[in-house]
Amino acid sequence: MEYVVIAFLCLGILLYFLLGGADFGAGIIELFTSTKNRSRTRKTMYQAIGPVWEANHMWLIIAIVILFVGFPHIYTTMSVYLHIPLLIMLIGIIARGTAFVFRHYDAIKDDMHWLYNRIFRYSSFITPLFLGIIAGSVISGHIDTDANDFVSAYIYSWLNWFSVAVGLFTVALCGFLAAIYLIGETDSEQDKRRFIKKAEYMNIAAVIFGAMVFIAAQFDKIPLIDWVFKNTVGLTAIILASLSLILLWYLLIKGKTKVLRILAGFQVTMILLAISYAHFPNFIRLKNGGAISLFETLGPEKTIYSLGLALLLGSVLILPFLGYLFYKFQKKEE
Amino acid sequence: MDDFLAARSQMALSLGFHIIFSCIGMVMPFFMAVSHYKWLKTNDEVYKNLTKAWSKGVAIFFATGAVSGTMLSFELGLLWPKFMEHAGPIFGMPFSLEGTAFFIEAIALGFFLYGWDKLNKWFHWFTGMVVGVSGLASGILVVAANAWMNSPAGFDFVNGKYLNIDPIQAMFNKAWFSQALHMCLAAFTATGFAVAGVHALMILRNQNKEFHLKAFKIAAVFACIGALLQPLSGDISAKDVAKRQPAKLAAMEALYKTEKPAPLLIGGIVNEKDKTVKGAIKIPGALSFLAHGDFKAEVQGLDKIPENEHPPVAITHYAFQIMVGIGTLLALISLIYFVNLIRKKPLLEKRWLLKLFVLAIPLGYIALEAGWLVTEVGRQPWIIYGIMRTKDAVTPMPGIAYSFYIFSAIYLSLSCIVTFLLYRQIKMVPVLYDKSNHASSD
Repeated sequence: MEYVVIAFLCLGILLYFLLGGADFGAGIIELFTSTKNRSRTRKTMYQAIGPVWEANHMWLIIAIVILFVGFPHIYTTMSVYLHIPLLIMLIGIIARGTAFVFRHYDAIKDDMHWLYNRIFRYSSFITPLFLGIIAGSVISGHIDTDANDFVSAYIYSWLNWFSVAVGLFTVALCGFLAAIYLIGETDSEQDKRRFIKKAEYMNIAAVIFGAMVFIAAQFDKIPLIDWVFKNTVGLTAIILASLSLILLWYLLIKGKTKVLRILAGFQVTMILLAISYAHFPNFIRLKNGGAISLFETLGPEKTIYSLGLALLLGSVLILPFLGYLFYKFQKKEE
Repeated sequence: MDDFLAARSQMALSLGFHIIFSCIGMVMPFFMAVSHYKWLKTNDEVYKNLTKAWSKGVAIFFATGAVSGTMLSFELGLLWPKFMEHAGPIFGMPFSLEGTAFFIEAIALGFFLYGWDKLNKWFHWFTGMVVGVSGLASGILVVAANAWMNSPAGFDFVNGKYLNIDPIQAMFNKAWFSQALHMCLAAFTATGFAVAGVHALMILRNQNKEFHLKAFKIAAVFACIGALLQPLSGDISAKDVAKRQPAKLAAMEALYKTEKPAPLLIGGIVNEKDKTVKGAIKIPGALSFLAHGDFKAEVQGLDKIPENEHPPVAITHYAFQIMVGIGTLLALISLIYFVNLIRKKPLLEKRWLLKLFVLAIPLGYIALEAGWLVTEVGRQPWIIYGIMRTKDAVTPMPGIAYSFYIFSAIYLSLSCIVTFLLYRQIKMVPVLYDKSNHASSD
């Protein structure tokens, strides 16, 4: 049953990255849209993510519940040493979710919208940045459980070149996912071209920040290159991701929307796989050279069994319902 | 402010904030479902407009409740890591089921809010019901997890180790039913009175009478049934607490000395230093009856409990008085309402009754928060009753006071904005939903 639980944990993190990421990305796209096109982008975005955004963010809850029920030691280590970035991310989630709903449900359109829009755009940027920083910190080996002073225990655990680079890389990937998603959600040819342009820029940004991640890893002495290139799975994943990049650009120019989505999702999945496979099942790498592994911190047998059962039961109920939601509210192709 | 106090304050604030939004989010869908059903059956446009108007409120509350709930699932670890390290695997079962229920609720809400004219009308109605039912299920599950902290079960505590963990037994602990029942009824009562009160106010102001009267009737029925059932549930809870957590019961009633028979204190000013209560009305034997169903039974006072295991008495006692006082008042209003309904008196002529409902707008929530304080403060100094102390669970990170200030500011501004948005929604009712103004009904 522990494999079921770990599979759901990975699935939760992956889907949050893809769906929640595309969701954050929509706000990032809005942030980088010229003022004259913003209201149109907002409209497309609202139609596209309005019905599904809350469901997208449930994946985070699923992942966090699996962590604290099944792997309490991992959950508490992150909570203690990554308290500050987690807090900032949470503030971002609160600000973004409420601003998004408030700006739609405010019965009167006036200056308040200026405020909602600002909050929405900036929190859409900050939240995935810190999400990436947290993800980077978990594997960076900067978490120091032996630290005695505030700064090395609670600041340097996440404030390092590698984590920040991963944060920026995450932001670019989110923007990229969103742009790809939005291409298929608009009716106007002009908007479609705009989103294609955005997807191209975001893709270039992702490649640049991706390279920065590698440089920062060298700088912070993190064996990222070994993980990715000296491991068959990592290497295959990164080659597939690179090859699909060529196909992706071809399809972008052609404007094929549905295949693009699958391809973009595939790429991000491959990137996550390449980075995480080599040190699986280790989840948190520590400064003292140790690591916290998923298997070693597994909760008691009965807990894992009932958690796995609850997840299986839940997915029987959730997945068809969720699939129908996406199906029902996607733009119908003429 | 020291870190421990800051952590407790931040947790209290977050839960106190979340509880209001989640209660509205779990009760309003049922009001909508009734109104929606009436629209589908009668084709009366007013019901359709009412459903839509309410659904906008629900969208605002649900989103706020969802993000503050997300916050809480992290905050448990951010503030109480040592608690979660041990408790997570034991009381995690209701949380993992709640994750499912919450997920289904979010999906169903997506269908419901965006499904007008896009879905089969009965499927659309059904998704609205799913929002309500899964919301209610989430509420019950979360309360079951809290009940475990009051009534730990499903493990053996041997030499500081948590052995033989059984998460199912932990979920069905002794307190889950009485707490969940009390909480659900409180949610219906508080939300019902708040909604009914707002519509009563609009009726008194002679605005869109037909619209507001229909809304008032739906909300008032739920509120009044809840308020009349609540004393029964309160009785179950009181007897349960007397059995499991004598210290909490003693604090609720500021019973410093064990007495046989024990009187019920109404009001009074607690002096925690001298361990006395001044100026309370005493009803002889009543506490014995409420706690044990026997006017002559002995009720354990705080003198039987070691000093370092006493909860804060004054807060618990005052909060309990407020809860019971308001609960009684709301039950009385409900009784008057039903008598009025049976005698078929037209509501519009009874302006004083409507005014009572206006008065009750905040009361249900005040009682609900007070009740929450009773159960949480009354459990102190324990985070897991009898097993782990709250101060041993707090995070080692210093500077929690700053995070408390930040969250106070965030929650305060969110409350202001939500109130402001609701005010605007209500203000726009004549424009959006008036029968003479059909064109803009969407």
